[in-house]
Amino acid sequence: MLTKSLKWIYVGIGLLLAIVPLIWMVAGSFRTEADLYGHTASLLPHEWTLHGYRGVWQQLPFLRLLFNSVLFAGVTTALTVLFDSMCAYALARLRFRGRTVAFWLVLVTLMVPFQVTLIPVFMELFHFDWLNTYQGLILPRATSAFGIFLFRQFFMSIPKELDEAARIDGAGHLRIYWRVILPLAKPAIATVALLNFTNLWNDLIWPLVVSTDNTMQTLPAGLALFAGQHVTDHAVLFAGAIISLLPIAVVFFLAQRYFVAGISTSGLK
Amino acid sequence: MTTLLRKAPAVLGGRGRAAGYLFMAPSLLILGVFVLFPIGRSLWYSLHNWTVGAAEQPWTGLDNYTKLFGDAQFRRALANTLIITVASTAVLVVIGLGLALALQSENVVSRVIRSAFFFPTVISLTTVGMVWRFLLDPDIGLVGGVTRALGLDPVNWLQSTALALPTVIFVNVWKNAGFVMIVLVAGLKAIPGEYYEAASLDGAGRLQTLRSITLPALRPTMLFVTFMVTVQSLQLFDLVYVMTGGGPLDHTETLVTKLYRDGFVNYETGYAAATSWVLFIVVVLVSALQLRIFRYNDAD
Repeated sequence: MLTKSLKWIYVGIGLLLAIVPLIWMVAGSFRTEADLYGHTASLLPHEWTLHGYRGVWQQLPFLRLLFNSVLFAGVTTALTVLFDSMCAYALARLRFRGRTVAFWLVLVTLMVPFQVTLIPVFMELFHFDWLNTYQGLILPRATSAFGIFLFRQFFMSIPKELDEAARIDGAGHLRIYWRVILPLAKPAIATVALLNFTNLWNDLIWPLVVSTDNTMQTLPAGLALFAGQHVTDHAVLFAGAIISLLPIAVVFFLAQRYFVAGISTSGLK
Repeated sequence: MTTLLRKAPAVLGGRGRAAGYLFMAPSLLILGVFVLFPIGRSLWYSLHNWTVGAAEQPWTGLDNYTKLFGDAQFRRALANTLIITVASTAVLVVIGLGLALALQSENVVSRVIRSAFFFPTVISLTTVGMVWRFLLDPDIGLVGGVTRALGLDPVNWLQSTALALPTVIFVNVWKNAGFVMIVLVAGLKAIPGEYYEAASLDGAGRLQTLRSITLPALRPTMLFVTFMVTVQSLQLFDLVYVMTGGGPLDHTETLVTKLYRDGFVNYETGYAAATSWVLFIVVVLVSALQLRIFRYNDAD
């Protein structure tokens, strides 16, 4: 009995700590500055206002930031799923000289922290004149060693008889990959796509480094740069933060199973 | 894998090789240009006094590395990074294990509460940092408001040289507790029920079962989860960038904020590259240490 009540006290305190900051943020997006400064001990607004949600489009290049985020996370994820699964098909299904070397090269890139390559990649993009461009933002991130690894594991679990049968019917590799393997790999596609999209959507340092121009930033970088500098109205910043986490929150509630499956095998930044 | 190699039909031959290279081309091209080549390039930069825009980039051997260890800001960044990592990991394992044990059952209540704890995992660190920065702001934050309501003076958590680092660690724990919990719940579910039956037949108490059944069986999951949390903490950037900018007086500077400052604010490319290699070495050492700790326990 005692351990049971101690357990629920522990969970209860934890739950309060987990939820109250989020409620305060959501409520804060509907509060006026006077309300925030005047009633600091209050969790909810004293009078509700929508000026945060109106101001965010005027005080920040918010539409542009939103567009950049959708384009960056969306296109990069689509390319990553395509390229990673193609590469994994070769690694799992084809035999050719150099396959083992290629697999080891992929593993090496998995082990070195991203920050080691950040400076030289920045210099490369500078020399290509790709800073502040969409190709500069997207292409270097359009494949992930982790995705290749995960697809490879998944493809190896698909019975080989399936592609052999297709091959006897005269199908080429492209057809087998596209018509036989990919349709069976939907869970792996969902996991890789979801994890990549979330990581890219939330990423701060990458867009911060390769886009110096405010109009080429994504939402997290834009909000971080504007917070306190150009925009001092808290409701506006809260509203921006909430709109930017909305897509992830929606996917989270619809497909939590995939999030759990993906994150508990690979982690999230 | 070897069976796969052996069983592959002979027909493949030359056609298989061309197809293999073509299928791998996009990924390998990207990894080659934007990861593998830059790894070498980064090492090369770190051995030069490389500055963006300078007429000459002279070779300086290991000078950048020796200079780093004489740089008070770097020493602080290294110390802070290690403190953040050790403290976050230790606290997260304890809190996460507590939550996982309390919420492992598959009923609606546990599942809903687990979701609530897990939700902060998918929000960006930028948003988390911003929320906590304002929440802890003595002028507008709820924390200051409640402190005042209790008749105390509000604390300036992020401006204090003593409190800023513990506060950053707290927020890092807040963000990751749900992740540790979810992974440990999965680990707990994988423990066969017979183990517990045997223990209860032997008359083992609750604590004894935890110590001699649950924790040993959870060891691989623990290794995985501490590995993920330490690597994430060693690379901490977003939280600090948003909450304190590394201040006050470098008291929350980390290796990655230092690297960002040197590389992308001061444009001292070679110097920042050297920091990134120190980070790499720290990640390797900490990972090796963890493997050792967990394998060492295997002996008993």
